[in-house]
Amino acid sequence: MAGQTLYDKLWASHLVSSRDDGTSLIYIDRHLLHEVTSPQAFEGLRLADRRPWRIDANIATADHNVPTSLKERSAGIAGIEDNVSRIQVQTLDDNTTSFGIETFGINDVRQGIVHIIGPEQGATLPGMTVVCGDSHTATHGAFGALAHGIGTSEVEHVLATQCLIQRKMKNMQVRVEGQLGPHVTAKDIVLAIIGKIGTAGGTGCAIEFAGSAIRDLSMEGRMTICNMAIEAGARVGLVAVDDTTIDYVKGRPFAPIPAQWDAAVENWRSLVSDDDAVFDKVVTLDAAAIEPQVSWGTSPEMVVGIHDRVPDPAAATDDTTRRGITRALEYMGLHAGQKMTDIQLDRVFIGSCTNARIEDLRAAAAVVEGRQVAGTIKQAMVVPGSGLVKRQAEQEGLDQVFRDAGFEWREAGCSMCLAMNADKLGAGEHCASTSNRNFEGRQGYGGRTHLVSPAMAAAAAIAGHFVDVREFVDTPAPARRAAGL
Amino acid sequence: MKAFIRQKGLVAPLDRANVDTDLIIPKQFLKSIKRTGFGPNLFDELRYLDEGYPGQDCSNRPINPDFVLNQPRYEGASVLLARKNFGCGSSREHAPWALEDFGFRVIIAPSFADIFFNNAFKNGLLLIQLDEATVDRLFDAVEHTPGYRLDVDLVEQKILMPEGEAIDFEVDAFRKYCLENGLDDIGLTLTDNSHAIREFETRHRASQPWLFRDA
Repeated sequence: MAGQTLYDKLWASHLVSSRDDGTSLIYIDRHLLHEVTSPQAFEGLRLADRRPWRIDANIATADHNVPTSLKERSAGIAGIEDNVSRIQVQTLDDNTTSFGIETFGINDVRQGIVHIIGPEQGATLPGMTVVCGDSHTATHGAFGALAHGIGTSEVEHVLATQCLIQRKMKNMQVRVEGQLGPHVTAKDIVLAIIGKIGTAGGTGCAIEFAGSAIRDLSMEGRMTICNMAIEAGARVGLVAVDDTTIDYVKGRPFAPIPAQWDAAVENWRSLVSDDDAVFDKVVTLDAAAIEPQVSWGTSPEMVVGIHDRVPDPAAATDDTTRRGITRALEYMGLHAGQKMTDIQLDRVFIGSCTNARIEDLRAAAAVVEGRQVAGTIKQAMVVPGSGLVKRQAEQEGLDQVFRDAGFEWREAGCSMCLAMNADKLGAGEHCASTSNRNFEGRQGYGGRTHLVSPAMAAAAAIAGHFVDVREFVDTPAPARRAAGL
Repeated sequence: MKAFIRQKGLVAPLDRANVDTDLIIPKQFLKSIKRTGFGPNLFDELRYLDEGYPGQDCSNRPINPDFVLNQPRYEGASVLLARKNFGCGSSREHAPWALEDFGFRVIIAPSFADIFFNNAFKNGLLLIQLDEATVDRLFDAVEHTPGYRLDVDLVEQKILMPEGEAIDFEVDAFRKYCLENGLDDIGLTLTDNSHAIREFETRHRASQPWLFRDA
């Protein structure tokens, strides 16, 4: 019999029951809640006179709607100027208070984007099942945890039963082998993967990211990769447990207590795919061949290397794809054959559950230091992923580096990634964004999003247009001036 | 949830691949704490020529005449014909809520995104996956036949075409059972599995006590 994949093991260790047609119940260890996808679930519980099955499995915070300006944040929930947003954030607070669910309030230093604070608190542990009413829950798979993004009906189901109804997915492995070039990051890897397999490439699968380039990444880099598994169509992304995972978890507030630590680590060591495990699909990428990536269109698969050009719809292999490219070019205001480095930008956003951790901010600050945001950029903002990331960055002086260069330094939240608060693009504006989706209207009505890494976003802010961060960083100052940088 | 047995309905074609949930219902409408009332904002950015906001009266907004659902011939459609990877992106259940509130009961496409697929069935929508050639043929038929209706029979798992032909489709037995009976799956889980969940939990707590903070 063939060995088991990591996904097979996690599935088996959480399986409560199965029906003949394969529909199964799996037990959920951690449920993260936020204000947008939970109110209707709590209302459903109340209407049916149900109680949460296990209170201590739940943790809540507001992130999607919260303002990121200090002015609004300093007055707490009452300070949220948008009435509809304020009611939603207040509703989360009321619901979690009445059911006794632990909540990081909007001025708690532990508040932040759910997918950043779970790992940061050690509330995401290897071997867990983690769910949240948000598709980027795949992030937590970086810990060898089985993490699913779920809908609101499922949020209610998990609250009421501590289980999720699921069918077992297929196993897919994406291997990234070799060494990344300098200034090429986890974000570039995952964009390159999506560019290769497409936004439906992982549909119906749990993707395990493996290979030496993944092993070499920090936990934060692995989270960036798993975060965007959903952009490849996969509800679940995974990375096997190793020393990097265990070292990251140790000492965090929700990590196992010292008396349980050794037993936990012994258990976690088994959270790897067996050598003889069989995957339904395997895709391999050469890390050394990955260039810094920039998306040009309105789907994350519409992405190219910085030295490539905007594609020509005429080269498409089928009608649906051709129409898709044509429509994307029209929406984005780009033309076939245009150089990516010629795209002029209006705004720059460094933040989101994909790229708002301390290493992301360090990478961006290293590019920005001693430079100025281009005069043509209307706004460049840095939104840390959590209050703790913000505090750490300030202790390292990164906030000053950003401010000195002309960036705004904001409070933690989802912010311009999905523009549910006041941080948004105007119609027709181009934005270099470290977020995860470039869909039409995602960052604001008519806004044009280009997905990039934090270092690439920082370089674009300084240049006013996309630029290869490798040339940018390595070029001495006089040559930079001569090159118009 | 509304039960679904059989539905004969007008078909509207949305000829576009990778329709994401941001497009189905834009983020500003996600601030609602209700489950209903999203229909007027379904495909908001495609349907109207201005930017919508929550709580607005949509009846006076400028309509995009080119958008398929605004064309009189598709008024009252309850079957949506779509392209591959429909419902990709965000997990927002507001997307099926908006489709259902607008009046759709059936969506036919070559493929659907996973989370959307789950969410839709929990809201009384029947999602039918057919091969691309069949979907192409349906697009062609809808375009050339004003008033084109399909008769979708969940019990028999057949789509009856006006031409007289029947197309078989697959659906999971459990999803079919819930949909036919309009069942709330929370009630089912608690009735059928409360004991199994408690037993599992006891074993799980014994073997991995660090997963339980109240231990």
